[in-house]
Amino acid sequence: MDTRKQKQSDGQSASSVRDRTSAALPQGEDRNTLINYYHQMLLIRRFEEKSGEMYTRARIGGYCHLNLGEEATVVGFCAGLEPEDYVYTNYREHGYAIGRGIPPKAVMAELFGKETGVSHGRGGSMHLFDLKRHFMGGYGIVGGQLPLATGAGFALAYRGSSEIVACQMGDGTTNTGAFHESLNLARIYNLPVVYFVVNNLYGMGLRVEQGSAVSELYRKACAYNMQSWRVDGNDVLAVRDAVRKAAELARDQHEPSLLEAVSYRFRGHSVVDPDRYRDKEEVQHGRDEDPVRAFASRLLAAGVLDEQSLQEIDAQVQREVDEAVKFADESPDPPVEQFMQGLEEYVYAPDTAEQKGN
Amino acid sequence: MAEITYRQALHDTLREELLRDENVFLVGEEIGVFEGSYKITAGLLKEFGPKRVVDTPIVENGFVGMATGAAMLGLRPIVEIMTINFIVLAMDQIVNHAAKIYSMFGGQCPIPLVIRTPGGGGQQLAATHSQNLEVWFAHVPGLKVVAPSSPADAKGLLRTSVRDNNPVIFLENLALYNIKGGVPDGDYMVPIGKAQVTKEGSDLTVISYSRMSAVALDVARRMEEENKLSIEVVDLRSLRPLDYETILNSVRKTNRVIVFEEDWRSYGVGAEIAALIQEYAFDDLDAPIKRVASLEVPLPYSKPLELATLTGAKQLVESINEIAPRRRRSQS
Repeated sequence: MDTRKQKQSDGQSASSVRDRTSAALPQGEDRNTLINYYHQMLLIRRFEEKSGEMYTRARIGGYCHLNLGEEATVVGFCAGLEPEDYVYTNYREHGYAIGRGIPPKAVMAELFGKETGVSHGRGGSMHLFDLKRHFMGGYGIVGGQLPLATGAGFALAYRGSSEIVACQMGDGTTNTGAFHESLNLARIYNLPVVYFVVNNLYGMGLRVEQGSAVSELYRKACAYNMQSWRVDGNDVLAVRDAVRKAAELARDQHEPSLLEAVSYRFRGHSVVDPDRYRDKEEVQHGRDEDPVRAFASRLLAAGVLDEQSLQEIDAQVQREVDEAVKFADESPDPPVEQFMQGLEEYVYAPDTAEQKGN
Repeated sequence: MAEITYRQALHDTLREELLRDENVFLVGEEIGVFEGSYKITAGLLKEFGPKRVVDTPIVENGFVGMATGAAMLGLRPIVEIMTINFIVLAMDQIVNHAAKIYSMFGGQCPIPLVIRTPGGGGQQLAATHSQNLEVWFAHVPGLKVVAPSSPADAKGLLRTSVRDNNPVIFLENLALYNIKGGVPDGDYMVPIGKAQVTKEGSDLTVISYSRMSAVALDVARRMEEENKLSIEVVDLRSLRPLDYETILNSVRKTNRVIVFEEDWRSYGVGAEIAALIQEYAFDDLDAPIKRVASLEVPLPYSKPLELATLTGAKQLVESINEIAPRRRRSQS
């Protein structure tokens, strides 16, 4: 079954890849912005392919979860937010980090465990973090980021700030207590948070409808009197527009909402997952719906790009990824001696003058 | 110096910190309209309003995480968990998140968070409402754990905790709320990680914290009068970081040690301190270290069974008599 073919809440069916490929671009889209989306999507595609390769070559350790197949969802999500907005994600977050402006080399260096990594080699693939870009962390515990994102929303409301929080999660997260607790809290306190569910149809190996009593996940928000929508996660513009709408609701009315993007991951749950639980035909179908290729076709059809400029972007992206690997490779490991001598400083934030009293 | 209860000391300090810093807010179940299960926050909603004193639904993991997230953006939340038993619902946010965020993300984001919660048994609240789970937290790098035993320390440690840039588990005790004691005026602060010798002595040392520290002080004073025993009492005040120096100095002075704790004995605070002493002061010991703790059962409801389970003054006196220098032991 392809969930993307289900009737949507607003009575419209999700577009198929053919629709998306041939669909005319909406009026008033800025050409350079569209090209930039494509660039970002392709960059994430190639970056993740390279991450998988580096993992199998043992340059990357631990777990490694890739955004392959989810590029339109990732780029649409990032594009729908303002630069100052705060982002929380789960552990499948390399693409989100790049999409929010973290240089690919700082992400790759983190995957390599290097001092120059965005979390200085302390976090790895699942724990990317960049305070100055308001990228507030990848989190490895399913659902862990939701109460935190809710709290960030609380802080923004407390201060009367205009930024909002966007909190990405996977489909499996919607079954956790943290999901339900967080949505409820956000609604009773009217917090500016967009909860963003990436439904790639599987929580590790468990199909959504086997793990969730309600398989149209956006419907769960009704328990919290919260607006929610489902969007085609293979359509970067649709995702962007939906995120923008939800973000406006949060920004202007301090109303939290839930957005579900239906997507598909091309590979297993993590790099080491042989993906035996998914039907081969289904996987093939998912790959046929390739959002990066579909968007390229759409831009070609609309005359935004031609074959030559596609090749130029491809070459540019390849250079960026190669540079990221080179940078990660040549970067130093975190210094062990300094670490051993400063465990206290590693674990605890320093005192401020205030703490010591007058 | 005013003579006030432990409850009043906590209340007044919360109020002063709310007045001092706009970023400080209180959050927890029933702390506002209901004024707190144990009335620590009485009157604060009225004075500061719902923005600063936030009533939550019954979602420990949710609101502890929410407070942690707010701390990530620079607010200074003080969470109340109604009793330590309910903190179990929030372990993911405390252990996997609050304790990790600073180091795991490479030192970019401090978590200035206080979680206040009372532990302790003895009120016939039975197995799920009478626990002492402090060692769970004291085990975790990234957390600080404090356990004041007097109104003065309640004030001094709470102030320091609120101003610390790290998550602090602030352990209270149901049976301490009504005790009275002198509390220094003004901006009184007690450093985290510093134990206090609450009574000097030369025959043996009792090391304790929280309510048992207050009990130990009473026992020590009484036995000094009755049996001419000179007992030193070390109140740990902080369980993480632990004050090695004060502990070891006392061992070197008295050469005999009892660790007295209300929690279960296995893997407890006593186990940690006994290990520490044998590592650093083995040659200074004249007797094996004794651990006095509660029986290892889920606490029963029945009063006689509850009394038999919980440790207290009687068990401490027995242990003191076992390890005190022979010339000093009571004849009974």
